[in-house]
Amino acid sequence: MMDYKDIFKRKPYFTEKAEKETLYGEWLTELTEYHRERCTPYGKLLKNLKVPQYQHMREEEIPMLPIGLFKDFDLVSIPEQTVFKTMTSSGTSGQKVSRIYLDTETADYQQRALVAIGGDFWGDARLPLLVIDSPRVLKDRNLFSARGAGILGFSIFSSRICYGLDKDMNLDLEGIELFLNRYQGETILIFGFTYIIWNYFYQALKRLGQSFHLPKGILVHGGGFKKLTDQSVSSEEFKERITEVTGINRIHNYYGMAEQTGSIYMECPFGHLHASIYSDIITRRAKDFKVCSYGEKGIIQVFSPLAFSYPGHSILTEDEGVILGEDDCPCGRKGKYFRVLGRIQQAEIRGCSDTYDG
Amino acid sequence: MTNLEIYNRMFIRDLRVKEEDLPGLKYRGIRTWDSLGHMDLIADLEEKYDIHISTSDVMNFSSYEKGMEVLAKYGVII
Repeated sequence: MMDYKDIFKRKPYFTEKAEKETLYGEWLTELTEYHRERCTPYGKLLKNLKVPQYQHMREEEIPMLPIGLFKDFDLVSIPEQTVFKTMTSSGTSGQKVSRIYLDTETADYQQRALVAIGGDFWGDARLPLLVIDSPRVLKDRNLFSARGAGILGFSIFSSRICYGLDKDMNLDLEGIELFLNRYQGETILIFGFTYIIWNYFYQALKRLGQSFHLPKGILVHGGGFKKLTDQSVSSEEFKERITEVTGINRIHNYYGMAEQTGSIYMECPFGHLHASIYSDIITRRAKDFKVCSYGEKGIIQVFSPLAFSYPGHSILTEDEGVILGEDDCPCGRKGKYFRVLGRIQQAEIRGCSDTYDG
Repeated sequence: MTNLEIYNRMFIRDLRVKEEDLPGLKYRGIRTWDSLGHMDLIADLEEKYDIHISTSDVMNFSSYEKGMEVLAKYGVII
């Protein structure tokens, strides 16, 4: 059985390459066997792919599920009555969404991972939290979106919460000012999805000619730049502009997905996204799915030992990225660090998603 | 009101449970004690006892009984 107590005894950014390789080989092999037994479509897929059973695998040999399969199949490894929450990915309208089934244990692991990762960046004291979103996102507590899950996940870091947008996604300038005045001079945390911060916070402030002065603010944002690259906003420009209207200097992007909630990849002050002990990443060449060298662009595959109620421990994403190095980021965090370049062209991954039908 | 009475009252109000349901009650064990309910409960307890609980102790506050152990760390004896 997976020893989650052992995983959570470890600090998030302390394990070096050799040890992590050994641990991930063990953990992921065990999870592959576990899910093969309990999740019928996953077991069927592994059989079709002729993945050998009861054999130790290295991380890169662990079978990967194309992320799109979570949209087409109910991939769950627990009895229906122990499903505690069902999470959906945030697809645009008309698109199918992923459905991720969580039991209380898996939800607890995910929350613990997030707490340890966040704690490494801003400490264990809870902070006033300004959420750049509408409280309406949380309306249905049992069936929640990736957006809602992000807000709920981050709310554990909060001493008090203020929602910066009203139910119609308009900036609640008065409410924000009231909140900020109350905690003047204190460290405050600001959280939101990248495109929501840009479109509904930054743009609105610009339009109103308003700005804030939050030199002790820490802004954390995720969800990707895809919707912003359409407006040709780069990560660097995002940072610059946000600093301009808020005075915030500490801005952390993160990479994460509904299919592996909690074990997010946080951006350090050097602009690198970091894998922690709760996750790992490799990149693969689009033409033959061979593992890329560091510095080489490839399709991102993500791993997490926390996926216990569903077979999401090894997922091939639809994102492209470059692994920059391992254990030697100048910020001092151990583990791989990387950059995400954006979405791959849909056609490239087609051959991979089709594997299941075979 | 004693510390125990305050403690129970906050559970009953924030998580909409009855007093007899409290022993053995676990975080995520009932619908209302999810992460939203949890943060409401923690914020109310902090206000009533005038303490600040750390993020990791919010995680450690995993049941009705565990919560008492956590609060003891902050000098609140129930």
